Amino acid sequence: MNSLNFLKSNKQNFYYFLYLGLFLFSISILDVAINAFLKINITSFLPGILSIFLPLILGFVGLNFIRTEYSGIKSLDIINKNINTNNFNAILTLLIIFAIIKATPPSLSWMIFDANISGDTKEACTGTGACWTYVKVWFRRFMYGMYPNDLHWRINLAFILVIALGFFGFFLRDNLKKYLALYYVIIYPIIAFLVIYYLISGGAFGLVWVETGAWGGLSLTFIVSFFCLIFCFPLGMVLALGRRSSLPMIRYISIGYIEFWRGVPLITVLFMSSVMFPMFLPEDFFMDKLVRVIIAITLFEGAYCAEVIRGGLQALPRGQYDAAKSLGMGYWKMHIFVILPQALKLVIPGICNTFLALVKDTPLIFVVGLAELAGMLALAKTNPKWLGFAMEGYIFAAIIFWIICYAMSKYSYNLEAKYKTER
Amino acid sequence: MNNKIKKILPQIITVLFVLGIFGFFTFNAQNNMDNRGIDFGFGFLTQESSFDVQFSLIEYSGSHSYARAYLVGLLNTLLVSFISIIFCTILGVIFGVARLSSNYLIRNSAAWYVEFFRNIPLLLQIFFWYYAALRALPVPEKAGPWFGVTYMTIKGYYIPSFIWTNLDIFLYSILAVIISIIIISTYAKKLQENEGKQIPVFFISLGLIFLLPALTFFIGGVSLDFEIPALKQLSKTSYVFDGGIGLPPELIALVLALSLYTSTFVAECVRAGIQGIGKGQKEAAASVGLTPNQILKLVVMPQALRIIIPPTTNQYLNLTKNSSLAAAIAYPDLVLVFAGTALMQTGKAIEIVSITMLTYLSISLAIAAIMNWYNKKIEIKEK
Repeated sequence: MNSLNFLKSNKQNFYYFLYLGLFLFSISILDVAINAFLKINITSFLPGILSIFLPLILGFVGLNFIRTEYSGIKSLDIINKNINTNNFNAILTLLIIFAIIKATPPSLSWMIFDANISGDTKEACTGTGACWTYVKVWFRRFMYGMYPNDLHWRINLAFILVIALGFFGFFLRDNLKKYLALYYVIIYPIIAFLVIYYLISGGAFGLVWVETGAWGGLSLTFIVSFFCLIFCFPLGMVLALGRRSSLPMIRYISIGYIEFWRGVPLITVLFMSSVMFPMFLPEDFFMDKLVRVIIAITLFEGAYCAEVIRGGLQALPRGQYDAAKSLGMGYWKMHIFVILPQALKLVIPGICNTFLALVKDTPLIFVVGLAELAGMLALAKTNPKWLGFAMEGYIFAAIIFWIICYAMSKYSYNLEAKYKTER
Repeated sequence: MNNKIKKILPQIITVLFVLGIFGFFTFNAQNNMDNRGIDFGFGFLTQESSFDVQFSLIEYSGSHSYARAYLVGLLNTLLVSFISIIFCTILGVIFGVARLSSNYLIRNSAAWYVEFFRNIPLLLQIFFWYYAALRALPVPEKAGPWFGVTYMTIKGYYIPSFIWTNLDIFLYSILAVIISIIIISTYAKKLQENEGKQIPVFFISLGLIFLLPALTFFIGGVSLDFEIPALKQLSKTSYVFDGGIGLPPELIALVLALSLYTSTFVAECVRAGIQGIGKGQKEAAASVGLTPNQILKLVVMPQALRIIIPPTTNQYLNLTKNSSLAAAIAYPDLVLVFAGTALMQTGKAIEIVSITMLTYLSISLAIAAIMNWYNKKIEIKEK
């Protein structure tokens, strides 16, 4: 390696190497950028392969020149430490920078510069880019499904009410705080159910009846995941306690239930709810498809919820149980006042993750014919007036779901970090 | 006495409750089936199925039985899971390691990759690949070759098929390689435990893998031919590729979506595993004079794998269960063939849905049992 020493800087000629290296590095970036944005290949006079690899070679040599252990220049040291530690890293750095530069112009022009959003028909989309007109025209369908247009305020109002009631607990007076758990576990689900039932379904108080077949779009995703969450939580709690019970029959039944539902895919559960479950009901007893699906997903997610809560119960130190028992508390007193309040606090991040999985699973109800967002997209895609815009639709849906899920995962991550420091 | 009742009474009530629900369901099912004139039984499995499946690994046509249709679906499910597991492992390991890189750009690109693919519902990803991305591919007559001999078209990916002569000799040689590698590695382990000597097991194995099968080509009379897909004109405007193996676009979309989605979870498992090894372990290993390679092989990897493997297997299991989403884009997997088409034709809802669920359940339980056995085996035995 001694023969290569002239490639490395030393104290005397350090600045020459630094300027030369930065020069080469910026030339390589410039070359790629000009190539990508202006579609001009400034090195086209070189033979084919060399012309392609020239920016990489230049950048690599440049980064090699500016790499030193310690230079004393703050910004240079940060660069060296973070993206330029050795030859392998330098090449990967260059490749990533080039890929980002190369990908920016086509995606920007497709998404923004060549895209159309004006007009109300397919003919308005003349550019080569995306046709956001399609998303604009179908927006209400994507959000509310086939729900009648002039009644959309009912869905909005119902959601606002449910969310407001959810925050109600924060404003309770201190002497009512002890009923908080009771409120969230029992009263809140009932009120929420009544609000959603009477406002969205209608049929009473002078509201027009809208059958569940017309529900759809993103609001259906929210309705299904909301109900499944509030119902699967108590179910999971009972099962988790059952699995840790000292009574063998209860324990085995809980284990059997949990392992069964965790072992089958959700799609077969949905199939079961739509084709097999009606056979198990009394003959003249009709149950709405949406209700069946919510029950099926609740039973399914309850098993996952149970495992999360069991993790929280197991994480509590034995001393908590012993202390409660030594005070003469029975099984229920011990769990309600000592164990569960602590365990549930521990599992909030885990529950959040279960809920995240639940939201990501709800598009599956599409396979049994309920048209939530994915289902509405499939419907819009096959509409003869709007053929050929599948890409825009899926990208729109992906962005919406991504924002929801990313926010939830960040929130659960923050909760996890918060509770970790408290213990 | 009082204590005993306290213990037995809740159990009796629970059992009665569960039995009551089952009894209620059975009674209703019996009633409903009597009224509709359906009888319960698995006799339909041997009947002729009279429907066709687009893509199947074993020979199948409408004249075969429902049991064989079930097998076709199961094999297709296993095929798509197997391919996706391989890809998601490769991607997951690469991105898991990349998330721990000292390079700021690599670390953050990997983090964004994970956040991006993890937070979009799998069904949407499958739809995106199938309905949006793969539909943008060229039609057969305009498709240029990839790597010279394969063709990616809107109708699927066409690759050359192998035509073997004396395949059995080749397979025996591979069997011999596997057995000899096991013997060598056991011997090497013993040698190291008893005398502290190390032999380069990896290179010996690598040599064997190439050498023995190659020998069969020269001595055993094994030969390999390729059937390269060629464009064939059916009518004036329609072309197809003839020969070779055609992978349907449904399979490609599924494999892409499943492996990209699951690789993010595998990446997190890998990252957690490597982060779980204390710095002290590496420093201790270095201080007793091990080389960096030896540290990785003898100290870091055995411990990291212990943390990585159980959650990763869980992800493989999830992938296998998620492969049932195939039904949404009409890839003929177990759910579509059996719980879809066969159910429509026979109307045996209870039998078919139970068989489908039991199949997935037994796959899950089998893998869980193997995992428990493995965890017991590798768990740190503390005194």
